[in-house]
Amino acid sequence: MVSAVNEGLVAKLHFCSSHFELAADLVLPGEGVSAFFGPSGAGKTTMLRALAGLDYHPNTRVTINGQCWQDASMCLPVHKRSLAYVFQEPSLFTHLNVKQNLEYAMTRAKHKKKKNSFDEVVELLDLDKLLKSHVGQLSGGEAQRVAIARALLSQPELLLMDEPLASLDEHRKAVILRYLEKLVEELKQPLIYVSHSLNEIAQLSDYLVLIHAGRIIRHGPLTEVLSSPELCRLEDHVCTVIDAKIAEHNSVWCMQKIIFPSGEIWLTETEKKVGDAIRVQVNASDVSIALSKAEDSSITNILSAKIHSIDRDNKRAQTLVRLIVGDTILLARVMQHSVDKLGLAVGMRVWAQIKSVAILR
Amino acid sequence: MTINSEDIDAILLTLRLALVVTAILLLIALPLAHWLSRTSSFLKAPINALVALPLVLPPTVLGFYALMLMGPSGPIGYVTETLGLGLLPFTFWGLVLGSCLYSLPFVVQPLQASMASLGQRHTEVAATLGAGPLDRFFSVTVPLVRPGLITAIVLGFAHTLGEFGVVLMIGGNIPGETRVVSVQIYDYVELLDYRRAHVLSAMMLIFSFLLLLGLYTSGRVKSIKLW
Repeated sequence: MVSAVNEGLVAKLHFCSSHFELAADLVLPGEGVSAFFGPSGAGKTTMLRALAGLDYHPNTRVTINGQCWQDASMCLPVHKRSLAYVFQEPSLFTHLNVKQNLEYAMTRAKHKKKKNSFDEVVELLDLDKLLKSHVGQLSGGEAQRVAIARALLSQPELLLMDEPLASLDEHRKAVILRYLEKLVEELKQPLIYVSHSLNEIAQLSDYLVLIHAGRIIRHGPLTEVLSSPELCRLEDHVCTVIDAKIAEHNSVWCMQKIIFPSGEIWLTETEKKVGDAIRVQVNASDVSIALSKAEDSSITNILSAKIHSIDRDNKRAQTLVRLIVGDTILLARVMQHSVDKLGLAVGMRVWAQIKSVAILR
Repeated sequence: MTINSEDIDAILLTLRLALVVTAILLLIALPLAHWLSRTSSFLKAPINALVALPLVLPPTVLGFYALMLMGPSGPIGYVTETLGLGLLPFTFWGLVLGSCLYSLPFVVQPLQASMASLGQRHTEVAATLGAGPLDRFFSVTVPLVRPGLITAIVLGFAHTLGEFGVVLMIGGNIPGETRVVSVQIYDYVELLDYRRAHVLSAMMLIFSFLLLLGLYTSGRVKSIKLW
């Protein structure tokens, strides 16, 4: 239990203004990516700013890896907290060029021992050609890459990102997301990532905190929270994320088989090799339910499943069915009409037909 | 030669006054503008009003009160006398004090305007990168408000060069001590020596024009922002 208290981030936030009340008890893992997800106005940014100390709230307690940042008797000012913050807009210093922006962070680094070396960070974010550029010449995506590099080079113990992709167009978003993916693989400090895009979160994070109206309504490992009823109530386009391993490669059909506890799925082949880890996403709307295993269907992936729960919403045509495949929850969005026609009920054995699978990482 | 040694004394004195006043005002105005641009204290409005007062007040009124404050029965006079500095009226340092009051808005307001338009984001970023308050101010705020800073320096300097009313009220007309160019011009006109008045006036006009021309052509300043 002692290690559980000392590791990771523990925070207690409670404050209210005239139009908003926030109350949250946070416990986040000491490594990997934790995401804050919720509709806009839910309080995600407010929480992040309170953790960083950018806004002062008296009844706040923040402890990271056993080190206290704020409690009833003390409050470390922002510049003394070992963190780095990537804002929604890149917010580079316009009186400095790219390299000088990075050096600004390096000369004020939080730790003498470097976790992230200059060369590594420049290579990771592909900044080599931009180093001499003036900040005003950069595109939005380039500027955000520099801002991320600058944050890494301040050698923080905790990295905070507040919707770093929100101000970019779709194309640039995809580009930066690829860089973030690389970054996450090599991450040497925990990252809290705020977003209202489930897509980004499914791709990047390991731990998910659901925030709604200033409260934490659920938190836990990503795959678990993604298929939770709490999330399904917040979001229409829900999906299942499966962490699996590549088990087989079929060069005749150009396909690969991935396996996860008590299940397997065939994919179009990827660049990954047999034995590699892979994360895939299955949208609930791409899963249909059949009572018998169709042998005359074009669908490749048909899994044996048991109905775990059915969320009926009488005001809508569609229903969300939670299926269990082995010990993995799979979400299926089907018509209410089909549920009645097939007589679906909790505990029934059915076949889940997966029409398409997206590879996340 | 159309310029005599008295004119040269007056010119040198004026330049010295303007330089000293600008330097002192920068020291006061940087922190003051910084505070005014971000505070939500109830003192903000009254202090803004006080700073702007010299813009609308006749220099004679300002000079009159400065004279009262610095005189033997005024608080500043009391302090300077206790410190053994004597009384400030009719001395160079008396002029400096009066001019600081008089030119304050011309230095504070451009700085305050550019600091306010800069917003808080840059200092927040600097703080998250480990920069303390003083470090943030000098490494981020000051360089980013450079156009405002240049405007403040030029306006403070140019405005002090051209002051007359306050000088006459608290400085009088002591050659080499308080007789600045504007007072010298006034004296020439009183003596009906229009030629000499004209030479000095033209010099002032051209110099001030060149200062402002430099400010606008530097490209950094698009318009002079006074609230």
